Formats: sequence, C-alpha cells, structure tokens
Amino acid sequence: MTETIAVAMSGGVDSSAVAAMLKAEGHTLVGLTMQLWNQRRLSGKEGMPDQVQGRCCSIDDVYDARHVAEMLEIPYYVVNHQERFERDVVRPFVDEYLAGRTPIPCSLCNNHLKFDQLLLTARQIGAEKIATGHYARNEYDAARGRWILKRPADASKDQTYFLFGLTQEQLSRSLFPLGGFTKPEVRAMAHGYGLALANKADSQEICFIPGGDYKRFIDAYLEEQGEALPDTAGELVSVGGQPQGQHEGVHNFTVGQRKGLGLASPTPLYVISIDRDSKRVTVGAEQELQRSSLRAQRVNWISIPGLVGEMRAQVKIRHRHEPAWATLRTTGVDEVEAVFDEPVRAVTPGQAAVFYSGDEVVGGGWIV
Amino acid sequence: VRRIYLDANATTPLLPEVLEAMRPFLLERFGNASSIHQEGQHARSAVEQARASVARLLGCRPAEIVFTSGGTESDNLAIFGSVQAGDHVITSAVEHHAVLHAVERLRERGVEVEFLPVDEQGVLAAEDVRKALRPNTKLISVMMANNETGVLQPVHAIGQVAAEADVRFHVDAVQAAGKVRLAVDDIGCQLLSISGHKMHGPQGTGVLFVRRGTRLEPLFAGGAHERQRRAGTENVAGIVGLGKAAECALESTAERIGRLRDRLESGLLERCAESGVNGGRADRVPNTTNLWFDHLEGEALVIALDLKGLAVSSGAACSSGASEPSHVLEAMGLSGERARASVRFSLHRHTTEEEIAETVALVAAQVARLRELSAVAVR
Repeated sequence: MTETIAVAMSGGVDSSAVAAMLKAEGHTLVGLTMQLWNQRRLSGKEGMPDQVQGRCCSIDDVYDARHVAEMLEIPYYVVNHQERFERDVVRPFVDEYLAGRTPIPCSLCNNHLKFDQLLLTARQIGAEKIATGHYARNEYDAARGRWILKRPADASKDQTYFLFGLTQEQLSRSLFPLGGFTKPEVRAMAHGYGLALANKADSQEICFIPGGDYKRFIDAYLEEQGEALPDTAGELVSVGGQPQGQHEGVHNFTVGQRKGLGLASPTPLYVISIDRDSKRVTVGAEQELQRSSLRAQRVNWISIPGLVGEMRAQVKIRHRHEPAWATLRTTGVDEVEAVFDEPVRAVTPGQAAVFYSGDEVVGGGWIV
Repeated sequence: VRRIYLDANATTPLLPEVLEAMRPFLLERFGNASSIHQEGQHARSAVEQARASVARLLGCRPAEIVFTSGGTESDNLAIFGSVQAGDHVITSAVEHHAVLHAVERLRERGVEVEFLPVDEQGVLAAEDVRKALRPNTKLISVMMANNETGVLQPVHAIGQVAAEADVRFHVDAVQAAGKVRLAVDDIGCQLLSISGHKMHGPQGTGVLFVRRGTRLEPLFAGGAHERQRRAGTENVAGIVGLGKAAECALESTAERIGRLRDRLESGLLERCAESGVNGGRADRVPNTTNLWFDHLEGEALVIALDLKGLAVSSGAACSSGASEPSHVLEAMGLSGERARASVRFSLHRHTTEEEIAETVALVAAQVARLRELSAVAVR
C-alpha cells in the first residue's frame, strides 16, 4: 500500500496539474482546499468590490478544484481555516503596515497555514505528506542529513522566496512536483490530462484583497473590527530632516515608493525610510535608497543547521529581486547581518531576506 | 469500502416502498394535477391521497396541508406569509438558518425580532416566551427538535403561552417528524413545517400545516394551486413519495433507534476520555447525539471518518462546503474550541447494531489518532 498524499488544491492550474500528475503516477490522493477568507465579509464597505469572482477562496475556485478532484476520482474536502488565517496572516498584515513595514502575507500563509495547519489536517486524516503547486525543488541530502530547498527549473516562476520559513520537519513532509517543469510545460501537461482549466489565468494579487488596494482593505477591515485607524499622520522630511510636507499615515508608504507622495519636486523623490514612532516618512533622491547592509531577524536555516562565523551568500530582498552577493554573520539570537559587496536598492523592513548558495536556499529571515 | 451512514439529520435514504410509490408518477402517470382530463385527474387523486396521509401523521385536516418544495420553503412561507413591517416576532437563537435568516431579512424590512436565549442544554423556557410578548407580537416561531443536537423544545408549553396571548405560533418540526409523535392540536400551533427527505421521503418536498382560518400571504405569484397558498405545478411524484413516507413514519421505530443511539453514546463516552454529550440532559429525539471530543478539530475527525467509510457531520456547511462554527452550540455556551470539537451522529431506520459497534471502534481509534497528532503540533 502506498502512503496517502494530500494535495493542496486552490482551483488553479498548478495545483490541479499536481493532482493529475500524482494520480497518473499511481499515488493514493486526497484533495484539500483551505477556506481562508470570506470574500463577502468586507464587500460593500467603502472601496471594496461588491461582487468578487475568480479569486483565491472564492466559490468559483472551490468549484474548479472540486471539479478536478471529481474528474481524477479522488476524495476532496474543503477545510475551514478562516480563524487561523485571520489570526496569523490578515491581522499581522494589517499591523505590519500600521507599524510602517511592508508585509509578505504569502510567506505567513505558507508558514502558518499551508505547511502547518493544513499539513496537520492532512496528517490527521491519514495523509503523511502534502503536495503543493509551488515552483520549487525539495530534496533530501543524505550527506548533510538535511532537506534542501532549491530553485525550480523555471526561474521566472521561482517561489522559494516565499518558502524560506519551512522547517526540516515541514520540508520532510512536503512535495513540490512542479519544481522540474516550466510553466508552459505545466499548462501543456494540464491540457494533456484533460483539465478544462489549463488556460486559466494565474493569480497575481494578494488573495484576500480583490482589486489589490491594500489601503482600502485596511480601512474596511478596521471598520469591521470596530477599531479606529490609528492616527499615524505626520511629516514628510528630507534625508537631512527638513520638512517637505504632510502625509496621512505611515501605512500609505513602502520603502522605494515613488508615486503618491504629493510633493512637487524637479527630480523624482522616493520613500527612503519610515519611522512609526515619530510618524516621519523620509523622502529623497533615488541614490539615497542604496544600502550596503541589512539585518534580518527570526532567521530560519534550511541547508545548514546554523551559521558559524561568516558565510558568503547571495541575498534576495524582495520577490522580484536579483540576488546580490553578501557576507553573512550572526549578530544575535536568530539574527543575521548581511553586508553587500555592492549596495542594494530599497531594503524594506517587513520583507524577507532570503540567502542562496547557488540554487540552494540556505535560509532566510525578516528584514528589520 | 463499506459505508456506514450516520447523518440522517442531513438527509435520509429513500425507503424502497417510497420509491415504488413514486415510480409510476415519473413514468406513465405524468399528468398535471390541475388538468381537466384523465391524466390530470389521476395525478390529482394521487396528490389528495398523499395529503390525507400527511394529515394523519400531523393529526389535522387534509385541507390544512400545503405542499412545498421543502422545509426551507415551508419556514419561509410561514414567516413571510404572517408578518409585516411594524410587527414583533419571537424566535430562539438555535433555530435553523431557514428561520434565522428569514427573520433577519424581516428585521431589515422593519420587523422587530427577538432571539431568545437557550440554557446550557439548549432548551428554551416557555416562560421566557411569555415575558417577551408585546402588544404587537405577531408570530412566535420555535423549532420542535434541533437539527444539530436533537434537543426538543417545550413546544406544547409555548403553544399554551401563544394561545393565551392569541399570538400565531409556527413550529419548525423538520427534525421531529418521523422521530417523535406530532399532533398539531396538542401543540396548539397554527403553522408547522416538515420536510420529506428527513423522514425517508424524497428531497425537494415539504409541507406547511396551515390551521384553518389562518390567513397567509403567499410567497409566489402564479396559479391557484394549493388553495392559493402556494403557486406552481405540483411535484406529483415527490408529493406521492412524501405521502408514502408519512405513512411509514406512523410505524414507530423510535424505540429501537433510541436504544442504538444510547449504545453509541455510552460506548463513545467510555472509550474516549475528555468527551461529552451536547444537550445530553435535555429531552431529545431518539436518533441524534452530538458529542464533543476535546483537543481535536471536529472537521478533521469528520473527514478522517469519511475516508474510513463513516458519514457523520460537524457544524453547518457553508457555501464552499467547508464547515462553519455552530451557532447552536455557541448559544448553548460552548467555547469556540469545544464547539469545533463537536460531531453529530444521527441514526435512521436502517441503522444496525453491527454498524453501531463498528462506529464506536472506528471513532475511538480516530479520536486517539487525531489527539496524538494535535498534541505534537502544539508547540
């Protein structure tokens, strides 16, 4: 008897192709979709769409996932993890912005939902492993005695940046069957398996923010919670500290942002830094964004058990960032400093710094 | 895998004799009951026989029976047909969504609605109903048996309160029909809803008892069917099936099912530590038990059991198919954790002793497995 694998099915092409692939390989499968957020919850509030379709957790996506499961003749269930999602993803997302940082909800969701709560559910219902549609590779290296997370074959779809928080236990129970394929190959496979959704569009935006306007989402969410939006309005200042104007709240900004500053200037101005305590947002010319180092906290190590001394690595500081060479060294408990060979643009608190050695993910942490 | 079905409160299997009774009306006896010709007359006659059977089950006149598409429509017809803006409605916090959401919609239209609380056993006090009465109280709507816990409400006592105050009383008896004796005169209600598929009849069929002289605004505009109380061509085969199911419901199987339920309950309480019965000290219908098993997610237990061949349920299904936390258990004062750790088992006429023995063993093993994994996950 083969062990049962739970497939995390979102109703998209990738996870549907995973289910079809594993089924064709003869595995015993169970399909699971997480119900994470009620899209109607904030609908009708100011700036939020009334009707929402074709987004993560929407009824349409559940319908698509269920249809694929029926076609493949695998048992399929929708599991309700809304409370956990709100507690561990939505609330921290809102709080991070209000603290002047720029969060990554997808990483939080991977760490707390997909590879934690959903994996637990999978194990409770009798599946020892979970397979997802992430573009990443995951291999056990007997020599090092560790599970190694690697970049996928399709560099343009690389999702390892969002997976840096996975523990060895989580990796040992995770399968990423798409790691060796390109997206066009996956679509072709989906066609080959007769999946009607092979041409379905990729999801791009944050799944619980249809339309993508996070500021309005924060307003609507706080209103629903009966909380007032904290007053973080304050000054826009130059790098030298001279007042440049006023802003309506620190959550409206992200480091490196150019639009929406409301300042007239002969040269383009960018957000250089955000200070929640003084409510000051510092703006300046593009070259002021350059940083020669960063500090990352709550670091998780993958290819090594921990950092001893110094280490050379390539560091990726946001999803769409070409990794830059740096020297890593420990500066505290689960805290690392990365000193770049060449300065990098817009180091953004709240984002992740993920360390690579070639194709391997060495580890990563949260930029402070 | 052999399947064991213990989710009768969701729906019940059609009885073979019900299917047989329906079959001709899906085939050669296809007439429209309103037609003048013989095909129509045959259909009319079958509908009226079914009406008489349902009337016997409820202890009322055939003319007081209105056929509907199910329990939800019956509840909606009773509520929307009775109340208008400015009226006051009394109901309980543990009603089915068919009632709760109907009165919530009324509230948006200017009706005052009072949701009375229940005690920790899930029981509403008739005295609370009396205290909630106002001069403009137009309707009291209370369920007879709760779908999640099987707990019975004191509808007879509430019926007295309603009668003394001369207020219209609607009873949602969907989960009581076929399980306990139903007599509309004993209850003293003007309106009472039942559903076909909860008592081994077909899905998509229901009844609203409407006491003679009770004025009711119809939900649908259309033909003059059902004495102008429910427009739409009769679902003849369905109605015939419902009539047959009502006849079958008269033969009581409550005692046997009650014994099996008690055995299931005591078996599980014995085998699983830190467990208990929701509403266990209240009067209940004999087929239902709702148990909590601390330190696990009921939803995961339900899925694990389904994969092993046992069909049970937890909470209410939301539109995606996931389970939502139960408003019933919440109203009984359960913590969110314990409400999510609760699972409903509901037995039916075909449930056997062997199935119950197997269920006890299966559930005990899965509860132990889930708890072990949850404990590891707590960091």
